[in-house]
Amino acid sequence: MTYFETQHLTKNFGGLTAVNDLSFAVHQGEIFGLIGPNGSGKTTVFNLITGFYPITSGAIVYRGGTIHGLPTWKICKQGIGRTFQVVKPLRRMTVLDNVVTSAFNRSSSKAEAVAKALEVLDFCGLRTRQDQPAKGLTIGDRKRLEIARALATGPDLLLLDETMAGLTPQEQAEGVELIRKIRDSGITVIIVEHIMHVIMNLCDRILCINYGQEIAAGAPLEVANNQAVIEAYLGKE
Amino acid sequence: MNSRPWVLGIIGLLLLAFPFLVPSDYYRHILIISLMWVVIGSSWNLLAGYTGQVSFGHAVFFGTGAYTAGLCVTKLGISAWWGLVLGGPVALLVGLVIGWICFRLRGPYFALATIAVGEIFRLVAIAWRDFTEGMEGILIIQTYRSKVPYYYLALLLAAGCILAIHLVMRSKWGYYFVAIREDQDVAEAIGISTFRYKSLSLMISSFFTGVAGAFYMNYMAFIDPHVVFSLHDVSIMAILVGIIGGVGTLWGPPLGALVMVWLQETFRSSFFGLLPRWVSEAHVLVFGLLVIFVIRYLANGIVGDWAHIKQLIFRSKAASFSTGGDRS
Repeated sequence: MTYFETQHLTKNFGGLTAVNDLSFAVHQGEIFGLIGPNGSGKTTVFNLITGFYPITSGAIVYRGGTIHGLPTWKICKQGIGRTFQVVKPLRRMTVLDNVVTSAFNRSSSKAEAVAKALEVLDFCGLRTRQDQPAKGLTIGDRKRLEIARALATGPDLLLLDETMAGLTPQEQAEGVELIRKIRDSGITVIIVEHIMHVIMNLCDRILCINYGQEIAAGAPLEVANNQAVIEAYLGKE
Repeated sequence: MNSRPWVLGIIGLLLLAFPFLVPSDYYRHILIISLMWVVIGSSWNLLAGYTGQVSFGHAVFFGTGAYTAGLCVTKLGISAWWGLVLGGPVALLVGLVIGWICFRLRGPYFALATIAVGEIFRLVAIAWRDFTEGMEGILIIQTYRSKVPYYYLALLLAAGCILAIHLVMRSKWGYYFVAIREDQDVAEAIGISTFRYKSLSLMISSFFTGVAGAFYMNYMAFIDPHVVFSLHDVSIMAILVGIIGGVGTLWGPPLGALVMVWLQETFRSSFFGLLPRWVSEAHVLVFGLLVIFVIRYLANGIVGDWAHIKQLIFRSKAASFSTGGDRS
């Protein structure tokens, strides 16, 4: 059984086809990279998987069941967590409360949710910030908070949308370490990223899309050296 | 605020002793109405302040509760006190239906929809004479001539409402409500059915507002559609109570209720007869100015900006007083 796959996934916005007949599979336990130039449809794919947009046609299959058509919160309950490219901290809550809120997803009591949240904050290196209001965090900590909040929902599959953008090289290195730790804890990761060394370092396999269509797929080095990929990013000579 | 339980204790004792300390029925009346507004304002605040769904239609629930009590007498031939039991659940059911319709809309569109629903209820209550007696209203006989029983009942309702909201906000529901206020997309993405939890918030809010309406019927002994389904005297008043006291704070609406009822009464009586009668006509204008002032200088209300107010009053050296607060 395939762990996660999209089958002929298509999304039209009016006359614009943002995702076009896209099929890919993700294996349990891997870090799967989704890359492509700006506007190629990466975030739209995430929004389709998590039910923010209804799909136009095709199918999304997760652990043997189709999940397209489910509301976003049910998809989260099934075990798919996500972060947002433009970070969305719950601004007037503390860092801890942000994470406690999502820890309720798999907790039966408040004490359990708080314990889970503290554990996640430790894991993400945010414990020292726990009592700060989320709106006061630096961009690096906001990105961490995005990840912490998604982790606290207890996901099996985690979708990370450009969690490294805007970070310093030092923070990026820490981020790479964090994502490895997440995978090692047994969570499958799909990552959208522009920063190539992050992708090359982390991913087991990569899918490159442009205009919502697959242009290359495979091991990181293969894809990075693929002629179509280079043209998509840099244009033809 | 809860870090100082003794303050609460003293306020509680004063409130309990109030009818003995103040024999005047006039001041008892003012406080009874204030306590009723504590219930309505706190309920509105649960939905608007904590859950972020601004309602301009709380008169619907207030009126529904009041009419439930009134109809107990006119249609069922039972005591209007049954309204206190039935008013909350009936208003809750109305809230459930309204939420089912209006929560498809977000932000200002939701607010507009609640205005429309409020007006629909008022007009139906006027037009459906066979059921509601229309503009003739419903008149019942008060059970007690003394204000004291009503006072303690209102105090019980207000305390119960505040305690219930306090407990809700400490629970999972409270976290979910605030998450929805802060960002609905995030709320969905972390497994919250925003529709379900917005509906829950509205149900609690409409329940308590309905109970307050039923209390009003019993206490005032007369209602008509313009009084209990009023846009400006109930729906807008609920918003003012919340905004002035402090949106999204537990003690804001109770304080706002005291301030607003006191202000309203001061103007209604033309400053207790000290000023010419036309002043009483100006209360809406003054409310408007007050809202402008609060939004400009105390965006988080009296309770929400208490630290700022203290700084302003005591003129501490810290010149960090900034106007407006952070309302994002």
